[in-house]
Amino acid sequence: MKMPLSALLGLIFTTLFFLAAIFANLLAPYPIDAAVGGVWEAPSATYWLGTDTIGRDILSRLIYGGQVTIFVATASSLLAFTLGSVLGFVAATQGGLVDQVLSRLVDLMMAIPALIIALVVLVVLPRSLITLILLMGLLDATRVFRLSRAVAVDIAVMDYVEAARLRGERQGWIIFREILPNALSPLVAELGLRFIFAVLFISTLSFLGLGIQPPLADWGGMVQENKGGLIYGKAAALMPALAIAVLAISVNLVADWVLSRTTSLKGGRGG
Amino acid sequence: MHPVLILVTQRVALGLLLLLAVSVVIFAGTEALPGDVAQAILGQSATPEALANLRESLGLNQPPLTRYFNWIGGVLTGDLGVALTNGQDIAQAIGQRMGNTIFLAACAAAISVPLAILLGLVAARYNGRWPDKVISGITLSTISLPEFVAGYFVIYLLTQVVPIFQPVAMIFPGMTFWAKLHAVALPVIVLVLVVLAHMMRMTRAAILNVMQSAYIETAELKGLSPMAVIWRHALPNAIAPIISVVVINLAYLVVGVVVVEVVFSYNALGKYLVDHVAKRDLPVVQAVGMIFAAVYIGLNILADVVSIVANPRLRHPK
Repeated sequence: MKMPLSALLGLIFTTLFFLAAIFANLLAPYPIDAAVGGVWEAPSATYWLGTDTIGRDILSRLIYGGQVTIFVATASSLLAFTLGSVLGFVAATQGGLVDQVLSRLVDLMMAIPALIIALVVLVVLPRSLITLILLMGLLDATRVFRLSRAVAVDIAVMDYVEAARLRGERQGWIIFREILPNALSPLVAELGLRFIFAVLFISTLSFLGLGIQPPLADWGGMVQENKGGLIYGKAAALMPALAIAVLAISVNLVADWVLSRTTSLKGGRGG
Repeated sequence: MHPVLILVTQRVALGLLLLLAVSVVIFAGTEALPGDVAQAILGQSATPEALANLRESLGLNQPPLTRYFNWIGGVLTGDLGVALTNGQDIAQAIGQRMGNTIFLAACAAAISVPLAILLGLVAARYNGRWPDKVISGITLSTISLPEFVAGYFVIYLLTQVVPIFQPVAMIFPGMTFWAKLHAVALPVIVLVLVVLAHMMRMTRAAILNVMQSAYIETAELKGLSPMAVIWRHALPNAIAPIISVVVINLAYLVVGVVVVEVVFSYNALGKYLVDHVAKRDLPVVQAVGMIFAAVYIGLNILADVVSIVANPRLRHPK
């Protein structure tokens, strides 16, 4: 099978972003929080992307910030994925009351935008990494639940699942050994979309000042701290914005390609 | 009773029930969390007196059920209580800002809806050829941008590279309509970019779906121009899904305005909401959150009602 150019580019950029995040300590030329130069310096040989609102090296902060953004997004999308798919499979195989309760609960959570729920809950919750990951994972699990339930309902009526039931296999066996392997390909594409959603969501929260708190930095927060420079024509705020855009588009291109190859099922990707 | 009327009534009743459930979620969302709400708002260093005062003003000494009914009763009668941070009447503060939010969202809707349908028609007309590819390519990339990123690109482009607008959107009560329009131009452009893509793609898909039908082939064979075929034959038959997608995307503006208002420091409901999340002002956030949720659900009900009414099979029962 031949990979289209767009998907290949997306894959290369995604890999580069992840490598930069993993090896941030080796790659970043300056520490994350040190004011090394003047304020709003233009890009130069010393500061490749210039300096920010208090003279920190933008490239270094971009690399460390990417580490935080990518870590939080990966953790919360994995959580959303695990929680959503396991509950979705349980709802599909159990049916009856369990299915009804879980499905109506998910309907309720999806009836209002995730951002509004997050804002209401963040009034009271501490704004720590762990709460943000749990909150985003829980909110996003609803979409994975819908998709995995739909996929599993189709699989649960197959003969081989029926055979496993008649053999007297337990619920856990049926979910993990019969349904999961056959539901994997549409869910993998969905994982990419969930990851993008998490990147955009954490960036938006940080941009609003409600996500990652200093001394940690992430891309959304960087856009926010440098927004003052935009009025004087300084592009510092555009660098992290550009990073968010490129990462989101790259992962999107890969996910679209996986999706178009494997299945006609598509999960929601709205807000 | 007419079957359409029955369906519509059912849908609206379900929607109201959902709204009630959502009000419980918004109220109880903070209740269900571990720990004390008063402690969370004031922080660890709060004195016992301050905690007791806050509990008193939030009514935390009463049982949750009583508090919920007091709150929802207040919401229904327009009494939203006072803000914790400055004691201002919340209903009044919302009243002052609501108009600005509606103005912004209405401008965005007035531009994005016709534009999305037009672009969708053009993309469907030139399906697979370069105009379709250009339109689809651009909308595909705006789909993956969060509102604030799109916002900063637009600000940089239109205030620095081509300086024709102000980066901050401020409108005052005394301004003329045109001055207001000029002031909100940038936030409106950003909102249009954000919602355009979905609407345009769904319009294109709905038209292409109809283009498979036999009557389209008939219209083509009798020699109508491609645009006339789309305009006179495909569009009227695809209008129901298009309207429903348009309304759902207008609901999506609810999220969009929250972020865009913060980007442009536009003094309206969304910025009011975000500011008070940061200040941990629970009554304000619950009230404004409930308004946004109600508008979102209301528009979704409207989308369903429109698609029921627009379905001729339901309108003329056998």
